[in-house]
Amino acid sequence: MYPQYDVIIIGAGVVGCMAARWLSRYALKILLIEKSSDVCTGATAANSALVHAGYHAVPGTLKAEMNIRANPMWEMLSEDLQFGFERTGAYIVAVGKDERPKLDMFLDRARKNGTPAQIISGAEMRRREPGINPDVSSALFVPAGGICDPWGATIAAAENAVMNGVELRLDTEFQEFLWSDEEAGRIVGIRTDHGQLSSRWIVNAAGLFADEVMHKAGVRPEFKITPRRGEYFVIDRNQIVVKNVLFPVPTDISKGILVTPTLHGNTLVGPNAENIEDKTESDVTPGGMDEIWGGGKKLVPDLERRHVIALFAGLRPAGNAPCLNPGVDFDHDFVIEIPEQVKGFINLGGMDSPGLTAAPAIAERVVELLREAGEALTPKAGWNPKRPARPVFRRLSHEEQASLVAKDPRYGRVICRCEYVTEGEIVAEIHAPIPATTYDAVKRRTWLGTGRCLGGFDMPRVVGILARELGKDPLEITKKGHGSEFLFRKTKEVD
Amino acid sequence: MAKQLKSRYDVIVIGAGPGGLAAAISAKKNGADDVLMIDRELELGGILLQCIHNGFGVETFKEDLPGPGYAQRFINEARTVGIDYLLDTMVLDVTAGRKVFATGTRGGFKELQAGAIVIAMGCRERTRAQVGIPGPRPAGVYTAGLAQRWVNVEGYMPGERFVILGSGDIGMIMARRLTFEGAKVERVLEVMPYLTGLSRNYVQCLMDFDIPLQLRHTVKRIIGNDRVEAVEAVQVDERWQPVRGTEEIIACDTLLLSVGLIPENELSQKAGVALDPVTNGPFVDDGFATNIPGVFAAGNVVHVYDLVDWVTKAGVTAGKRAAMFARGLCNEKPAFVPTAAGPNVRYVVPHKIDPETLAQDTITLQMRVIQPIEDPVQVLITDGDTLIAKKRDRYARPGEMISLNLRGRDYDAVRGAKELKVSVLPVQAR
Repeated sequence: MYPQYDVIIIGAGVVGCMAARWLSRYALKILLIEKSSDVCTGATAANSALVHAGYHAVPGTLKAEMNIRANPMWEMLSEDLQFGFERTGAYIVAVGKDERPKLDMFLDRARKNGTPAQIISGAEMRRREPGINPDVSSALFVPAGGICDPWGATIAAAENAVMNGVELRLDTEFQEFLWSDEEAGRIVGIRTDHGQLSSRWIVNAAGLFADEVMHKAGVRPEFKITPRRGEYFVIDRNQIVVKNVLFPVPTDISKGILVTPTLHGNTLVGPNAENIEDKTESDVTPGGMDEIWGGGKKLVPDLERRHVIALFAGLRPAGNAPCLNPGVDFDHDFVIEIPEQVKGFINLGGMDSPGLTAAPAIAERVVELLREAGEALTPKAGWNPKRPARPVFRRLSHEEQASLVAKDPRYGRVICRCEYVTEGEIVAEIHAPIPATTYDAVKRRTWLGTGRCLGGFDMPRVVGILARELGKDPLEITKKGHGSEFLFRKTKEVD
Repeated sequence: MAKQLKSRYDVIVIGAGPGGLAAAISAKKNGADDVLMIDRELELGGILLQCIHNGFGVETFKEDLPGPGYAQRFINEARTVGIDYLLDTMVLDVTAGRKVFATGTRGGFKELQAGAIVIAMGCRERTRAQVGIPGPRPAGVYTAGLAQRWVNVEGYMPGERFVILGSGDIGMIMARRLTFEGAKVERVLEVMPYLTGLSRNYVQCLMDFDIPLQLRHTVKRIIGNDRVEAVEAVQVDERWQPVRGTEEIIACDTLLLSVGLIPENELSQKAGVALDPVTNGPFVDDGFATNIPGVFAAGNVVHVYDLVDWVTKAGVTAGKRAAMFARGLCNEKPAFVPTAAGPNVRYVVPHKIDPETLAQDTITLQMRVIQPIEDPVQVLITDGDTLIAKKRDRYARPGEMISLNLRGRDYDAVRGAKELKVSVLPVQAR
């Protein structure tokens, strides 16, 4: 007999990890599986890192409902799980007279959805953000908008889930469902590339691959995830700093190319929106770079290409599910359901924006769905909602740094000189409840290698630390899992 | 190693590469009693320790030394003259009041006061993001200096089949080094119509090993999600736009980038040091003083040099002035004359000079040209219509720095000048 679970969650992106963390408070045997070598590697790994206020979502949609419900949850979530979040507020900036009337539509949406919003003058916008395009005619201010660290949030949620008894299996890929012989339409488990697992419930949180998973369950054959690529620039914090989250007036398919501060003090410019075919591709393209550059400069004309320190692209898992609310004409809503025709299956899909924002509310909704389906959901004794923070050297005062170094000298050795990440922090992550075993995993947890030199200085050192701590040969250390080894052989060893 | 760390030093030098070593020794020789060097690495010598090729010291010692050998001469001298140093220690903060905050595994966190500071943090390599290379982000895209560390210091090969983007010196030197180690270097691509590194490296590292160099070519995209599988190369036109139909897929497992160096001045900025947007280094006078009193700069942190010998020379000057400042011997109110980049000159360092320096010392103006000129050139320093100094060279290339010395005999002309404008033009143009 193969392992028996109450719930298996497929996919350890933000939705899967939040769902695992929410479910971990109940007396359930839970397994979270992920095909990559780490949590937080798909759509969650590369996006705008925003907590949306809810002005953009079409009223009456699940997206609007989940966005509005999740937005106020982020303070407590970030407090409990100790990751970066800041409620900065956000602005939609109208440049020139023509864009001005469009703000009214979003003011109206914000009111209908129930998030505060206010139109301010161009002069006021210039006062609040001196670097803004001087042709700004007015702006919509949404105070509930914020910025977050999506890596930190997701990894912390997964870690908290693991602390509370959830089992995590990485490098484990879903292949197909196992069905009951006795009861038609009941899923009783899954087959993975590492064998079969039985479970009373399966949660589809497969992100970009959610359509393929639900099709294998025979659900929503017409549902399709279109990978919608967004490309970004990161600007050196020593060169230009914007204080506010600045959106342009949105287009039909996206919120537009925005300019936003990150929690690390850098400025993020992007994304564009391009539908592509390949769900594994995350190329930065020449056309895309020109496009986001044009978009960024529309809002902040002083941006300069030579101040770019990083480029990246992410894929949004854009679905095509019609809104279930009869009065609402909208055809790319979230899917959050227990489908009627299949038993033992919670189906989540189409989690493009505001998916990151909505994730904690979606997790809460997953709990409700289970309860509605008759699960007892007994609270687990000793459930701990808190994930303790580990020291982050660069955020400490000189006095705190001194006392940390005195306690553990490894915090005195700076490995990443741009972001001031120390050996102590890296070692702590390698031995954390979810061990960081690749370079990118260390990077997502510590922000090492995200600065100006893009890891040029730290890479050999981190490879050495990973090898030492994991008891491996440096030749085995990878950037992001099997096939991405850094090194080929020792010198002087030619066969 | 500092046997007993003091809380106050006459001169603190941040960075113990060639610039920092020279500055520290010079400061000590010029009367600074307590001199401390601080470096992140486990050994003194800076990036020279991974530069195991020869070509160092031809100017300084009239000898052709490998990098570690060149460094060792200064390390020995630093020990002889009695300079303290802290290794495995990173400076976190420098204030305008010359306080230095540092952290290390041994001895922990430190707060030090300096009479004068020499910043000598060197430079870092430009990255893929700064040149905007499209494609995914696999393993196997490395800067040339990173590959150099892996091969020469750690003893590992970061690939077997290489394409190198950029004809910078480290890239060309690594092309030869990797070939020695049994790897195949398929191609060096250079987007400019000319070489950006030294001609001698082209001859000794590429030509001698039959490694093709393609000018006016770049990488259009990287191919491979987990590890580099190939790059798509393309020719570019005069406006750096890809020429349709010239695309070529080159199979390789590693793309090395040798696309320029940037002075590393994040720490300087914390102290309020003002930077020249062209050099990315501090604005300096002929003693390498920055705008912050008592903060001097030495070596590649000021501008990227082509030869280490010039770095040493600059370090000597900066260290001497730092010692004088610490001892209260600096000229209080110099009547500076600014320098300026004229026709075909990208920048000139120093940015201003004190004519009184010429009473005792030579001042070396150093510059890089914008366009290469393969015919004889003249380097002219003018003030309006007045010629102040000139020299001739056989050619001028962006990859090779040009130096021009001002001496005692130029004192009167310099003192009366409003500006020293430097131009580098073909001989016949004048």
